[in-house]
Amino acid sequence: MKTLKKSTIISNLETAPGAYILSFPRSFDFVPGQVIGIAMNPEEKPRLYSIASGNKEQVIRILYTIKPGGKLTPGLARLQAGDSIFVSEPFGGFICGEEPAFWVATGTGIAPFASMFYSGVSNNKVLIQGNRFASGLYFREDFEKGMGNRYFPSCTREEVEGLYYGRVLKFLSEKETLDPGLKYYLCGSAEMVVDVRDLLIERGVPFENVVAEIFF
Amino acid sequence: MEEKQGVLFGKTLRQLESEVFELGLPRYTATQITDWLYKKDVTSIDEMSNLSKEAREKLSERYEMGLSEPVKVQVSVDGTKKYLYRAHNGKFIETAYIPERDRHTLCVSSQVGCKMGCLFCFTAKQGFQGNLNAGEILNQIWSLPERQLITNIVYMGMGEPFDNMEAVMQSLEILTAEYGLAISPRRITVSTIGIIPAIKTFLELSSCHLAVSLHSPFEEERRRIMPIEHVYSLTQVLEAIRSFPLGKQRRISFEYIVFKDLNHSPRHVKELARILNGIRCRINLLRFHPVPGTPLKAPDEKTLQEFKTALEKKGLTTTIRKSRGQDIYAACGLLSTKEQQPR
Ligand SMILES: Cc1cc2nc3c(=O)[nH]c(=O)nc-3n(C[C@H](O)[C@H](O)[C@H](O)COP(=O)(O)OP(=O)(O)OC[C@H]3O[C@@H](n4cnc5c(N)ncnc54)[C@H](O)[C@@H]3O)c2cc1C
Ligand code: SF4
Repeated sequence: MKTLKKSTIISNLETAPGAYILSFPRSFDFVPGQVIGIAMNPEEKPRLYSIASGNKEQVIRILYTIKPGGKLTPGLARLQAGDSIFVSEPFGGFICGEEPAFWVATGTGIAPFASMFYSGVSNNKVLIQGNRFASGLYFREDFEKGMGNRYFPSCTREEVEGLYYGRVLKFLSEKETLDPGLKYYLCGSAEMVVDVRDLLIERGVPFENVVAEIFF
Repeated sequence: MEEKQGVLFGKTLRQLESEVFELGLPRYTATQITDWLYKKDVTSIDEMSNLSKEAREKLSERYEMGLSEPVKVQVSVDGTKKYLYRAHNGKFIETAYIPERDRHTLCVSSQVGCKMGCLFCFTAKQGFQGNLNAGEILNQIWSLPERQLITNIVYMGMGEPFDNMEAVMQSLEILTAEYGLAISPRRITVSTIGIIPAIKTFLELSSCHLAVSLHSPFEEERRRIMPIEHVYSLTQVLEAIRSFPLGKQRRISFEYIVFKDLNHSPRHVKELARILNGIRCRINLLRFHPVPGTPLKAPDEKTLQEFKTALEKKGLTTTIRKSRGQDIYAACGLLSTKEQQPR
């Protein structure tokens, strides 16, 4: 990873309990799906965050949740507009092509897909988003508006009208057909990625068509 | 291993010095404790007979030893033993003891489960269930019935060692330090899938050998079986290794699991020779043994041999790691997955 550059926070807002969207001016080009390293001071080892904003926007947004006891996120959440952070250049290869595909995300794993969506590459994609509570379905309104019936929000801990109740794994397993010729992009925790990948493979999707990013 | 209080086993000398300072004990008590912990076979603080009664009482109030025996062992017909230890969170980890004629290797775990999601790995299917602390990593060695026979230690069990950097580095310090187990770093290998910032720290701060899981020289192919490739590409991993002066003693090896019809073609040989050019290294070929539910297949012996020969012809030092303990779930993660409660 390259050296970290100082950047000034534009905003750092709590979007759901314990989840924040941090934005700062864009000073680099990136491909949707890439990550940046962020630290609160330049000597620290940065933590990685997927860019969640579109690649033509003037700002970079990241979506993060506070990890209790974590080294970065509790402090990061206390920063305000005007404060400094240190940011690496973008890197990483979780990049989605032009072809039709499924996007499957849980938790903050929605971030790279949000970036792809805001960059205008969601036309032939289906998005399955999951989290425990409806409040954790980040960017939901925009997805609903922009993707319509190709967007499937779900949550596991509360039953809400209009939302699928259960894990994304269950949602997928209940689908009668899963086209093995499509690409399936998965992003989130190791558990979700491994379980969904196993299911897809069991249902005949070749492993080459399963593309995974894990937020370790 | 319950962690009601702190545990002593797994603490570095410096940590013990600050602990005894807090307890109002003389500084030399720390060296006495490391002697008992890492040089002698005691299982309780009471047995640390050269410590004052006051010191033993104060220590016992706060700490337990933190040692625990394996809860289960499976023995293979080839002599490989797979031990199951219980971690502080009640979950299980595996440690494989692999005796050979002139080498007795212990393969230790660094995490319960793993976050990295490699397609071919059974541990990945457990998901991540927690980090081991330094004491738990060392306990796999210390509490092993064959401890005295171990000649080599490899961090290749469950988990990605560089995703638990603090505990792994602490355990390496104690393994190699004079005050600790005083094992030569040349007998210790840490294996990673390629977490670059941690590779750099490890190369700087430790002198143990490094093994990197390669499994394909092509990034496009590697990312299909190892999600880490999306984050830290192989090209960057090799750059990081190349940029570090390794010295003569230190060994870099590349682990390469051979999968049937996937990663052993002449194209792979050529590309491996190209990307490893200039790195003094060794390739360890491992034959894939299918784990339940995997779409990947095992190659036959002939394929493995031919691949080895082809790599050697390109000037790459290559060995085939013998498959051991096939009859006892020796594939990492299989035994503990059976014991683990559902997640
Ligand atoms: C490619 C990639 C992209 C990512 N993108 C995002 C993103 O878009 N948004 C996002 O929110 N996160 C993302 N992450 C995760 C992010 O990088 C951080 O890991 C996360 O934010 C936590 O950082 P932290 O410093 O606060 O916590 P850390 O200090 O790293 O700790 C993380 C958690 O682990 C626990 N922990 C630490 N040590 C131990 C231990 N020894 N045993 C058990 N538990 C322990 C902590 O208590 C805490 O809950 C991404 C990660 C990767 C690899
Ligand atoms: S191969 Fe190693 S890094 Fe990959 S999932 Fe298994 S234990 Fe983790």
